[in-house]
Amino acid sequence: MNREWKKLAVIVIVFLACFYLPVGNSRFNNAITESLHLVKWYAQEHVLLCLVPAFFIAGAIAVFVSQASVMKYLGAKANKVLAYGVASVSGSVLAVCSCTILPLFAGIYKMGAGLGPATAFLYSGPAINVLAIILTARILGLELGVARAVGAVGFSVVVGLMMHFIYRKEELEKANSQMAMPEPQVSRPLWQNALFFAVMVAVLVFANWGSPNDFYFRTIDSQTFRASVLKAPEYADPVAGAYTLKLLEGNRKGQEVEIPANQILERKPVAGVWTAIWANKWILTAIFGAALAVILILWFSIKFWKVLLAAVPAAVLALVLPMEGMMVMVPFTAAVIGLSAITCTDKGEPEQWFTSTWGFAKQILPLLFFGVIVAGALLGRPGHEGLIPSAWVERAVGGNSLSANLFASVAGAFMYFATLTEVPILQGLLGAGMGKGPALALLLAGPALSLPNMLVIRSVMGTKKTAVYVVLVVIMATISGVIFGAFWG
Amino acid sequence: MKQIQILGPGCPKCKKLAENTQAAAKELQIECEIEKVADINDIMGFGVMMTPALVIDGQVKTVGKVPSTDEIKQMLAWAR
Repeated sequence: MNREWKKLAVIVIVFLACFYLPVGNSRFNNAITESLHLVKWYAQEHVLLCLVPAFFIAGAIAVFVSQASVMKYLGAKANKVLAYGVASVSGSVLAVCSCTILPLFAGIYKMGAGLGPATAFLYSGPAINVLAIILTARILGLELGVARAVGAVGFSVVVGLMMHFIYRKEELEKANSQMAMPEPQVSRPLWQNALFFAVMVAVLVFANWGSPNDFYFRTIDSQTFRASVLKAPEYADPVAGAYTLKLLEGNRKGQEVEIPANQILERKPVAGVWTAIWANKWILTAIFGAALAVILILWFSIKFWKVLLAAVPAAVLALVLPMEGMMVMVPFTAAVIGLSAITCTDKGEPEQWFTSTWGFAKQILPLLFFGVIVAGALLGRPGHEGLIPSAWVERAVGGNSLSANLFASVAGAFMYFATLTEVPILQGLLGAGMGKGPALALLLAGPALSLPNMLVIRSVMGTKKTAVYVVLVVIMATISGVIFGAFWG
Repeated sequence: MKQIQILGPGCPKCKKLAENTQAAAKELQIECEIEKVADINDIMGFGVMMTPALVIDGQVKTVGKVPSTDEIKQMLAWAR
């Protein structure tokens, strides 16, 4: 009977929501448009060139990095100093899926190196998994991505040591079972694996190499000057928008000016290493793509003709099509399809690689899709308003005050973020006026903690330790937010 | 009668493992009882920290991966 009541309650709630649906209300309509715009922007800018290769890298990590060889540094007899170090960084290779973090944490705590390293792992794990770092750096900016990784690793050791110190007198009831580990399968030496990963990361990095920021501008009244772009016109509207520029030469050097986009006749990138890489990024991407093909033939024993067959369409398309604008995605997609085709039809390791890549894509894409829709509706694109007025956001987490940072960490600690959805949500908050410090605080406290996972942690180490852990995380996240905001905010 | 346990907090991989195991037992026509263990402390009791894991008659067979139906059939046949 209980279940029927629940169904009725759901139907009544949905009915009431439909009944009072504020269609036509300008804020509501605007929010819907915003969320669709944001979804489109993600689809155009981030999925093919960034997320898809990231899935392949995450899939490769899950299959080719031996988890057992990492876990032996976190066992009961492990060197304690080493255990903290390994625990704080191993999240990047062990916890590519958020549902693996809690069992690993419980294992390290009860059967392995103990409370300190276990807490360090629990704290850094969600923040430094490869997908999270790649997406954070790509969408929220490189500095926030790096700060997230560095902050998580650094503070995880501190939080771990503090937990160990607070509970140093406590004797732990060790589980009297042995760690059951999968036998490490060594099929190729470490340096080959390392090179394999390096080549894949290179493809990802060069395919996404950002356009240079410093340009020579020429305006319609034929002034020329050198300036770096602080804010380019809206991605949806390159004609009517305006550039915010920082002048790099002349007597107004260092000043910020705003110039409507239609005042500017042309812009030419300033020559330099970054610009040179940018100009040749597709050649570099192709070189590393070819290197990946060679590695697949030599070390993964995939047939030569298969790789050739998969690479030819991509190569032909790249030579035929102009490599600019949206067109670049065509050969890149052809290459991805080729790689998928050869890996999913080959027995053994390549097939496992493909299966795990596909698993990540299936698991994460729907979450991210809904995350982007919700974030877009609530907060809008940067510079636009969604359902939540920007003034509220600005009042709560604007600037870099202690209270803004504290509010962000507490909110982050209790809120539940499905894998990677913290990124579009933060993007919306930043656009609505959130400070960079509070953003980092939320990134550090958010994914590591949520109400549901606090309950699981509590069942493993008890109420008191969980409370201490939560408080430590909130304090740490707040402090790192304040520091980051003070320097880069 | 075989006692089969699937250890995992309920992620998609655990469900896949349960499906594969069911299929394997059905193909071999083995009578068995499949139990899902989702409580983390119980999972620790088996010494398992990488899920999903497959336990047959109290013995941990695989850890941290989803074996194919064929592989599970072999394990079931061995444990007979």
